[in-house]
Amino acid sequence: MAKKRIVTTKINGEEVSFLCEPRQTLLEVLRDTLDMTGTKEGCSNGNCGACTVIMNGRPIDSCLVLGVEAEGANLRTIEGVAHGAQMDEVQQAFLEGAALQCGICTPGFIVQAEALLEENPDPSEEEIRFYLAGNLCRCTGYDKIVRAVQAAAAARQTAEA
Amino acid sequence: MSTIEKPAYKVIGTRPVRHDGADKVTGVAKYGADVSLTGLIQAAMLRSPHAHALIKSIDTSAAETLPGVRAVVTSADMPEQGDRFVDLGEGGTIMSHLSSNVLAREKVLYKGHAVAAVAADSIHIAREAVQLIKVQYEPLPPVLDVREAMRDEAPVLNDDVRTQMLGAADPDEAEDQPTNVAKKFLFEKGDVEQGFAEAHVVVEREFTTATVHQGYIEPHNATAQWHADGKVTIWTSTQGAFTVRQQTAELLMIPASDVKVIPMEIGGGFGGKIAVYLQPVATLLSRKSGRPVKLIMDRAAVFEATGPTPGTYIRAKIGVTKDGKITAGEAYLAYEAGAYPGSPVSCGCMCIFGCYDIPHARVEGYDVCVNKPRTSAYRAPGSTNAAFAAETIVDEICCQLNIDAAEFRLKNAAQEGTRRVDGPVYSRIGMVETVAAIQASDHYQSPLEGSHRGRGIASGFWFNVGLKSAVTAMVNADGTVSLVEGSTDIGGTRTSLAMQLAETLGINAEQVKPTVADTDGIGWNDVTGGSRVTFATGIAVVEAAKDIQRQLLQRAATLWNCDRESVRYEDGKIAGPDQNVITFAEMAGKMLQTGGAIVGQGVCSDVAQSGAFGTHCVDVEVDPETGKVQILRYTIAQDAGTAIHPSYVEGQMQGGVVQGIGWALNEEYWYDDQGEMRNSTFLDYRIPTCYDVPMIETIIVEVPDPNHPYGVRGVGEVPICPPPAAIANAIYQAIGVRMQHLPMSPPHVMAEILRLSSAGNGRA
Amino acid sequence: MARVFIPPALRSLTAGLHEVDADGDTVGEIVDQLDELFPGARSRLCDADGLKPGLIVMVGNSASSLGLLQRVTDDEEVHFLPSIGGGA
Repeated sequence: MAKKRIVTTKINGEEVSFLCEPRQTLLEVLRDTLDMTGTKEGCSNGNCGACTVIMNGRPIDSCLVLGVEAEGANLRTIEGVAHGAQMDEVQQAFLEGAALQCGICTPGFIVQAEALLEENPDPSEEEIRFYLAGNLCRCTGYDKIVRAVQAAAAARQTAEA
Repeated sequence: MSTIEKPAYKVIGTRPVRHDGADKVTGVAKYGADVSLTGLIQAAMLRSPHAHALIKSIDTSAAETLPGVRAVVTSADMPEQGDRFVDLGEGGTIMSHLSSNVLAREKVLYKGHAVAAVAADSIHIAREAVQLIKVQYEPLPPVLDVREAMRDEAPVLNDDVRTQMLGAADPDEAEDQPTNVAKKFLFEKGDVEQGFAEAHVVVEREFTTATVHQGYIEPHNATAQWHADGKVTIWTSTQGAFTVRQQTAELLMIPASDVKVIPMEIGGGFGGKIAVYLQPVATLLSRKSGRPVKLIMDRAAVFEATGPTPGTYIRAKIGVTKDGKITAGEAYLAYEAGAYPGSPVSCGCMCIFGCYDIPHARVEGYDVCVNKPRTSAYRAPGSTNAAFAAETIVDEICCQLNIDAAEFRLKNAAQEGTRRVDGPVYSRIGMVETVAAIQASDHYQSPLEGSHRGRGIASGFWFNVGLKSAVTAMVNADGTVSLVEGSTDIGGTRTSLAMQLAETLGINAEQVKPTVADTDGIGWNDVTGGSRVTFATGIAVVEAAKDIQRQLLQRAATLWNCDRESVRYEDGKIAGPDQNVITFAEMAGKMLQTGGAIVGQGVCSDVAQSGAFGTHCVDVEVDPETGKVQILRYTIAQDAGTAIHPSYVEGQMQGGVVQGIGWALNEEYWYDDQGEMRNSTFLDYRIPTCYDVPMIETIIVEVPDPNHPYGVRGVGEVPICPPPAAIANAIYQAIGVRMQHLPMSPPHVMAEILRLSSAGNGRA
Repeated sequence: MARVFIPPALRSLTAGLHEVDADGDTVGEIVDQLDELFPGARSRLCDADGLKPGLIVMVGNSASSLGLLQRVTDDEEVHFLPSIGGGA
């Protein structure tokens, strides 16, 4: 077993240092070392998107990134989406649109949707579905998730107008 | 759309934000894998690499001495069950089978079958230790096909299994041979020979469906802490805390009252998170190590060792007059039970003709063991396969007689008073209304243009269950009510229950604070499943609300110094003599001065639901060069009785449809010739992504269920029943190919296209 | 008199009858009457603890977990059915 390394990274705007073994994934570090359990594990081989976080501006599956790779990176997780106690448009839209049932995929979808709307503030339905295709949901059939993202995009455009 | 005059509800029918929503969109809600405890250690399982083998020996010594390992367990740590048969709330379980499924005894019966478990300081050490356990196997030939397994020459999985049949004499264990055919079912109505003799058109077809998994995104998990006084606490994601408690207690032969199960949030179940897999193992590891132990299944194990729903062989025959009136139906269903008996074949038998009024019918069903994981329920278990067969044949009959598919269903629909083939008579149901809704829908009325495009419809039925629930509701002095219930919330039921309480008391949904309690905090609750929670726990909630009303009336009588009979509860207020009126909140504020806490209780026991129906319409386009089927448009009409929260009713409908689409077009367990599953990842067991499906249009039909105070009908399961048949019927319209196998994935569709074109009579 | 529907596998005992009228205030009493009329019927439906596991009884339109204790009124139908296992 290799020695643990000290890793220093930025998570949701704050500098964080942690110890991890080289074989630990970023997902494992977030959940087990840092107690940030909002990011979920669904498959641990990059196929379901439940572990999505944003790393240096790109949405990634944190189960496919090693904890040591987070050195010097800028990470955003579900815990950093709300502004303090104020939920953002995507979160509000998911609630109002009933876009979750069991909720296990919800953090991953919300983070992925945040990344989408950063890149493309006014996506079409097709663009939304394509961008979110790496996030699996088994409960909702996706209809209300797509509508929530459309509603969030519209709300954000109105807010910024 | 309501079929009767609907009361003007204040809360029911609105769409409040769900009570647990804020926590779920911010990552704060705690699911089973999120538990953290002082001293927690992690565990991993050793699983069989063979589909069928004898276990000759297990040597755990190398694992036990690896630094960081705290405990190792095998089936030797589990008590012998003998021939104990326990009613675990679903009709009785052979305990030795459940025990062996948790940790294999003399044999492993599927690749992935659990053999041993290790608890260690880290998950990585636990996994390393698992690899050090040496198991000597003697491989045996596996059998994976249901018809193969029924033959006399087939390898037999369980020595103690004999064919049982409801109402027959018990098999003689000494005389009869062990078999894979665990159960036989037979249902008859009228005289099927006479029925077919009266038919002008008879269609008989065979169907096969592959093994399919529920596909919930959250793997199974359990954390157990064995306390110094011999009690155990289990944190787990489950559809039923009480059944976990009971199963764990029975498997480990410890008192159920010593086991406390705390249900965490659950990331999907669909029937797959009712049987225990990990909870007893985590408990044993905690007892042995003296530490709390967390055990989470990896994704491959979820596919290879839990659920799934059976692959099946179904042969069905329907006879109709030339005017399209069904005279007879006959079916033979053989369902995979997996490693141990217990497939839902009896449900398949009872559902296959459930949508229709058929005077003469005969249905035969077989529960058959094969070397695959022990099957679990999956959303209307058994019904989807049966609907695939029946609704495809109905479609073929409609085409032969040139009768509109909706008209045929209206002509033959089961209605109030129709007797099912298994015997009971329907009370008020909505089959006709859902067909009519599809017929009148924009989708059905719109033309479909373009080549290789087709439209199909299909209907489906599921019983829905009642079972038992208990709730407690405490009035708070600020006019809110804390509702404590025991139905784990998989899809928003905290809110559908809070809304029923609010409606009854005349307050807002936001004034109710729902909580899901653990097994020490609430009376017995049966599982969240069977489409029962909004119905049965709802009935208990309404009872509790009325109990609160009675107490409030008593308090008002005290307050106004008048007779109890002269006060009444109306519209969220209590009114009495001399024009005294007080609101719920005001009376709550005086609670402590008028006699103390006000606590209502409600229990619901065995109120039956009258049954759920849905009719679906789908447009597809088939690529004739690849066999790929694209869903262009999908509409579902389903009878919800009364939709408490329409958004979540729509969500159940849409979610069930998309699972059905996956079942229809792609999902299957793929085995190699050693009997080993080769596609146990979400990449290769590919469920629909949001790019695969369009928006799903929903039509909520409301034919109130007479057994519920607000007319609620369970909605969770029936939406998965029609999709494969509806899609198959659409494929036929698109390319002239009749699919009789699931999944209708590109290779299978292509094979049929090529077969048809080489036979020279296709229009592909 | 309740109307008892006889499961197909039991009809060899009831001389092929599909339905039998039987007296009794409870399912247990009805099963006893069936056993009197058709010896051996009880052991097909019950074991020492009550209804055999895997079997439920529907009285009228209700599937009751009371089993043999379930009360039956006149003209009600009694059906013996497999329990709906799984409850998904």
